[in-house]
Amino acid sequence: MGQQHDAYFVPTKSYWPFVAAVVMFTTVFGAAHWLGAEPGESGFGKSVLTIGVIGMLAMFFGWFRSVINESLAGNYNHQVDTSFRMGMMWFIFSEVMFFGAFFGALFYIRMFSVPWLGGHGHGVLTHEFLWSDYTAAWGANGGNGPEQAGGAFRTVPAWGLPLLNTLILLTSSVTVTIAHHALRAGHRGKILLFLGLTVLLGATFLYFQAHEYMEAYKELNLTLHSGVYGSTFFMLTGFHGLHVTLGTIMLAVIWLRVLKGHFDKDHHFGFEAVAWYWHFVDVVWLGLFMFVYIL
Amino acid sequence: MSYAATHDQHDDHHGAPKGFFQRWCMSTNHKDIGTLYLIFSLTMLFIGGSFAMLIRAELFKPGMQLMQPYFFNEMTAMHALVMIFGAIMPAFVGLGNWMIPLMVGAPDMALPRMNNLSFWILPFAFVLLLSTLFLPGGGPAGGWTMYPPLSLQSGSLAYAVFAIHLMGISSIMGAINIIATILNMRAPGMDLMKMPVFVWSWLITAFLLIAVMPALAGAVTMLLTDKYFGTNFFNPGGGGDPVLYQHIFWFFGHPEVYIMILPAFGIISEIVPTFARKPIFGYKAMVFAIACIAFLSFIVWAHHMFAVGLPLGAEVFFMYATMLISVPTGVKVFNWVATMWGGSMTFETPMLFAIAFIILFTIGGFSGLMMALVPADFQYHDTYFIVAHFHYVLVTGALFAIIGAAYYWMPKWTGNMYNEFWGKVHFWNSVIWVNVLFFPQHFLGLAGMPRRIPDYNVAFANFNMISSIGGFLFGATQLIFVGVLIHCAFFSKKKATDRVWEGAKGLEWTIPSPAPHHTFEVPPVINDDELAHGHVND
Repeated sequence: MGQQHDAYFVPTKSYWPFVAAVVMFTTVFGAAHWLGAEPGESGFGKSVLTIGVIGMLAMFFGWFRSVINESLAGNYNHQVDTSFRMGMMWFIFSEVMFFGAFFGALFYIRMFSVPWLGGHGHGVLTHEFLWSDYTAAWGANGGNGPEQAGGAFRTVPAWGLPLLNTLILLTSSVTVTIAHHALRAGHRGKILLFLGLTVLLGATFLYFQAHEYMEAYKELNLTLHSGVYGSTFFMLTGFHGLHVTLGTIMLAVIWLRVLKGHFDKDHHFGFEAVAWYWHFVDVVWLGLFMFVYIL
Repeated sequence: MSYAATHDQHDDHHGAPKGFFQRWCMSTNHKDIGTLYLIFSLTMLFIGGSFAMLIRAELFKPGMQLMQPYFFNEMTAMHALVMIFGAIMPAFVGLGNWMIPLMVGAPDMALPRMNNLSFWILPFAFVLLLSTLFLPGGGPAGGWTMYPPLSLQSGSLAYAVFAIHLMGISSIMGAINIIATILNMRAPGMDLMKMPVFVWSWLITAFLLIAVMPALAGAVTMLLTDKYFGTNFFNPGGGGDPVLYQHIFWFFGHPEVYIMILPAFGIISEIVPTFARKPIFGYKAMVFAIACIAFLSFIVWAHHMFAVGLPLGAEVFFMYATMLISVPTGVKVFNWVATMWGGSMTFETPMLFAIAFIILFTIGGFSGLMMALVPADFQYHDTYFIVAHFHYVLVTGALFAIIGAAYYWMPKWTGNMYNEFWGKVHFWNSVIWVNVLFFPQHFLGLAGMPRRIPDYNVAFANFNMISSIGGFLFGATQLIFVGVLIHCAFFSKKKATDRVWEGAKGLEWTIPSPAPHHTFEVPPVINDDELAHGHVND
C-alpha cells in the first residue's frame, strides 16, 4: 500500500461535518430567536446563540486538529494538496462576490438612487411628490437621505486613521510575504519574527478601527442609523473588520504551528492559505479606502 | 495504518460500513451522500408539492374557500423556496455526487468531508425555514423573492434569512467540491473535452453557484440589518432604494434560474444519445452553448424588473441581452433533435421524459422570449403568464430531467431494473396532467389574472378549475413514482446488467450494477471508444 503514492486518497469517516451542521444550526437558531423576540421579552435566544458559538469554536478546533494530525502523518499526497488549494481559492472567490454585493449596493446608491431622489434622471416623481426640497449629495450633506435618518453627522476624514490603517495593512502584506520567503528558505527565527509582526499589525489595525468606530459614534454622530451613508459605511467596514479579525486569528494559529514545527519548505499549505486570505482582506481594504473614505 | 490508496482498512472494501450513524452521518462516500441528497430532495418535493396542492385547492373556485389570505401567501412563498432550494437544487447536487466521480473515473469527490457537511446543513436549514409556519410571526409571505418593504413586515424574517444563509453555504461548498473534483480528480486520459456533457454542465453550474450565492447572502443580510439593526439600504427616506434589493436579488436570481436548468441540459445530453444509439450531435457546440448561456446569465437580470421603472437604456439593453440567450439555447435544442435524427430509437421511460423535456422546455423558452419584449412584458408582468412560463421550464424542464435521470441511472444505483410498465404509466400521466395544470395558466395570464392572490374574478373560474384538476392529478401521479422507486430498490426481481442500456457509453457503465461501495480506487484506463461521446475531433 505504502508505495502506491499515485493512487487516490479518500479520507476516513469523521463526525466533524455532522457536528458542524448541528452547531451552525444552533448558532443561527439562537440568533434568529433572539432577533425575533419582542422588545423586553427575555427569550432563550441568547443562551442558545452562546452555546452555538462555543460549539462552533470547539468544532473548528476539533476538525482542524484532525486534519493537521493527518497532514503531519504524511497522509496527504499531491492531489489532496491541489484539492485543498482549489477549495481555498474558490472560497476566497465566493468572499469576493459577497463583498461585491455590498460594493454594488454602494455604487448603485451613489450613482443612481441618491441622484434620483434629488430629482435627476428618471426618478423625478419621488422627488417631486415626496421630498422636493432634498438636494442629492453624498457624505455629511445628504448621505442620510431626504429624511435625515439618524440626524446630522460628520464623516471620517480619509487622511487620518484610515490612511494609517492602509499603510498598516500594506506593510502587513509585505511582512507576511517575507515570512513566506523565510519559510521556503528554512529560516525559522525569521518566520516567527515576521509572521509575529503581521499578527501585531493586524491587531493594531483592529485597534484603530475600533477607535475610529467609537469616535464616529461619540463625536461625529455617524452611526449605523445615519441613513444609507451610515449603512454602507458600517456594513462594508464592519464586514471587512470581521474578516481582518478572522485573518488575525488564523495568522496567530499559523504562528503557533510554526513554533511547533508543523511546516517545512515544501509542505505548508496551511500557511499559504492564510497568506492568500490575508492578501484578500488587504485588497478589499484598498477598495474600501478608495470608495468609502476618499471618494 | 496507511491512508494511501484506500481508506478504512477495517471495513470490507466492497461493503458499506455498519451502523446507521456511522454510515449516513459520518459518511465520506459520494454514493451514500448522493443518496442522502436524493432522498432529501424527494421529501422536499412532496412537502413543496403539498403546499402547491393547497394553493390549487384554494384557487379551485373563485371566492375564499379554505384558508386565510395570509396563509395563502405563506404557501406561495414557501412552495417556491422549498421547491427551488429543497427539491430541485439538492436533486442536481445528489445526481452530481453520484455520477460525476463515476463519469470521470474518480474514487470519490475531491473533499469528501466537506461534501458530507454540505448535505447535513440542508435538513437543518429547512427545519429552520419550515418552523416559521408554526411561529407566532408566521412564515415568509412576501413571495420567495422577499422584496422589501413587504418582506420586512414578516415577524420571523430572521429565521428565513438565516435559513437562506445556511442553504447558500451548503451550495457554495457543494460547488467548490464539484469544481475540485472535475478539475483535479479525473482519471489520467480523461481530458476536459472527453468529459460527458453532464459533467461539463455541472462544472459550469458550479461556477455560477460560487459567483451568485454570496450575492444572495449579501442581499438578505441587508434585509436583516434593515429590519433589526436600523440600516437604510432599502428605505428611500434614508437615501436607500427598494429597487436596489431587486437588482442584487436578480443578479443572483437569474443565474440561479440557469443553475436549475444547466444540469438538466447535461442529463438530457446523456439520455438522448443512449436511446438514439448515436453519439451526441455537436459535442463541442453543446459545451460552448452551456458556457455561453452561463455568461449571458450575468447580464440579463433586470428583465425580471421591467415593470419597476428602469431607465429606457436599461430596458433596451436587458431586452436584447435576454433575447440573445435564445441563440445558444436554440443550438442545444437543435443538437438534441439532430442526435435523434436517423438514430435507432427506443422509447424507455428515461427517453420519454427526455423527449417531453425537449418539447415542453422549448414551449417554456418561447413564452420566455415573449416576456423578454419590454412592451409585452408590461402586460404579462406578475400575471399567471409568468407562472405558466417558469413552471414549464422548471417542472417540465428541470423536474422532468431529474425524473428522467432517476429512471436512467436507477438500475446502476440499485442493481435492479425498475418496472417499465409503471414507469410509462407515470410518464404518460405526468405529461398529460402537467399540461392540463399549466397550459391554461397562459390564458389566465394573458387575460390578466395576477399571480399570488387567493381570490379572483369569476371570469377566470373555468381555466382555474381545469388547472386545479390537472394539479391534483399531477400531484397524485408522483405517488406512482415513489412506488416505482421503492419497488426498484427493494423488490424488483429483474437484475440490471453492468451496461444497463444497450446504447449506453461512458465510464459509469463499465462498473458493476449495483455500483460497489468504492469504485475506481485505482484510476481506470480510458478507452476512447467507450466514452460517452466517442472521439471528439470534428
